[in-house]
Amino acid sequence: MLYAILCYNSEEAVAAWPKPYHDQIMASLDVVQDKLNKQGRLGPVARLLPTTAATTLRKGREDIVIDGPFAETKEQLLGFFIVDCASLDAAIEAAKDLAKANPGTGSYEIRPVAELRDYQVAKERKPAA
Amino acid sequence: MNDLRWIDGVLGSARPRVVGALLRYFRDFDLAEEAFQEACLRALKAWPQNGPPRDPTAWLIFVGRNATMDQVRRRAKQEALPDESLLSDLDDAESALAERLDSGHYRDDILRLLFVCCHPDLPATQQIALALRIVCGLSVKQIARAFLVSEAAMEQRITRAKGRIADADVPFEAPSAVERAERLSAVAAMIYLLFNEGYSARSEEAAQRLRLAGEAIWLARLLLRLFPAEPEIMGLTALMLLQAARMAARFDHDGNIVLLEDQDRSLWNTEQITEGLALIDKAMRHRRPGPYQVQAAIAALHARAATPQKTDWAQIDLLYANLERLQPSPVVTLNRAVAVSKLRGPAAALALIEPLASRLSSYFYFHGVKGALLQQLGRDSEARRSFDAAITLATSPAEAAHIRQHLDHLDRQAAKNP
Repeated sequence: MLYAILCYNSEEAVAAWPKPYHDQIMASLDVVQDKLNKQGRLGPVARLLPTTAATTLRKGREDIVIDGPFAETKEQLLGFFIVDCASLDAAIEAAKDLAKANPGTGSYEIRPVAELRDYQVAKERKPAA
Repeated sequence: MNDLRWIDGVLGSARPRVVGALLRYFRDFDLAEEAFQEACLRALKAWPQNGPPRDPTAWLIFVGRNATMDQVRRRAKQEALPDESLLSDLDDAESALAERLDSGHYRDDILRLLFVCCHPDLPATQQIALALRIVCGLSVKQIARAFLVSEAAMEQRITRAKGRIADADVPFEAPSAVERAERLSAVAAMIYLLFNEGYSARSEEAAQRLRLAGEAIWLARLLLRLFPAEPEIMGLTALMLLQAARMAARFDHDGNIVLLEDQDRSLWNTEQITEGLALIDKAMRHRRPGPYQVQAAIAALHARAATPQKTDWAQIDLLYANLERLQPSPVVTLNRAVAVSKLRGPAAALALIEPLASRLSSYFYFHGVKGALLQQLGRDSEARRSFDAAITLATSPAEAAHIRQHLDHLDRQAAKNP
């Protein structure tokens, strides 16, 4: 079974970490990632830019573009896409295509990725298609 | 897990909200700060044992307020002279706080806190010092070091600033839309000033002052979280991120200035560039251009160019023309001249800046740019005069050394072709 492990914390608090502490935490996380990767169990790892860089596409009769992150508390995170886009407009277009394919309620938060590590789960571990 | 540094992060990031809310209750800077300190002390005792509370900000406000109210009551008993004004409307506040603070409340608290710091009665240096002390929570010692003054002098500067705003009477009601917009632009200006204090640092003092640029970005993000749909705040944040991204490439090992076109672009911070570009993209969608957005767009074009030759000078020239309309200033025209020289040659650029001579006669960069343009045109003796003027106006050894290089080059030319 593949599991997504999603990271939550106060971005302000994390941004306020002093650099040596930040580096130390990142290094200890690397150790865990290395272990998982060597076992062929790690897929892509992404660090996102702060929510201040986010834009949200709110689905509806007409899609609305809102500055800032997803803020509803009555909807849950169901999945995510990593898409290479030349600009924010291109990213919004991609999200609008997704919204068209899946109309109704819900939102797409569009958040730039700070760093992507494109690890691959080993083939024999992936569930059969 | 004995490492308590995560708590510092939580306390530091909660500070503006907590101090802002406490200032609303106590209407007194020193009391609000004291209350925050007390709450932090209690957090350092309680959180390692019980774990952090679900809402650390609300916890700190509650604890800080209650602890300080106890103290105020006790002092009032001992001194037998109760200060009614200190205790006014605390009872109302108590019940209001019980319902938890909503984000709208926080927003005006923090904006007020920032706005008080940039009161027009305060000179710019005091505004910045106050914001660093009260909003960012830097110690007086840290601020003094960043400004290269003694701790006593900085202490005095901050005390004086606090005294002035205590008399200034900033209203505590929620601001109107117009007032809010005015406050926002005053705060943005102060933040950019703070950034430039750090960014203009010369290499020898850089480590201390770079911190100021970091604090400015931190404040801008704070403001952006409160006002997520303000394109100028996005522009300001983007501008600072894109400039900060070049910080490591701006000086060589000997502390000499490295010009943008000579910088090692692999030293630029890609994460800050990504964030800056994302923000400027967001801002542009609003189609409400302003000076910060235009300057950020110019910085973005530099950041996007993989090599100096790939710089889109035509677009930069257009953006400067835009900026001249939005914010007319001879310094903007001077900057535009650099783009013009790349596009249409040094003669066109020189024609653009010559009319500025009287207004910029005491500006280091004017003479530096003029000298470089004259040099490109082969007018060496005039170039030398401009560089000589620049060197007397240099504000740091690095600036002087940079002009010295130009003069040495002219000397070598003169020796070759006497």
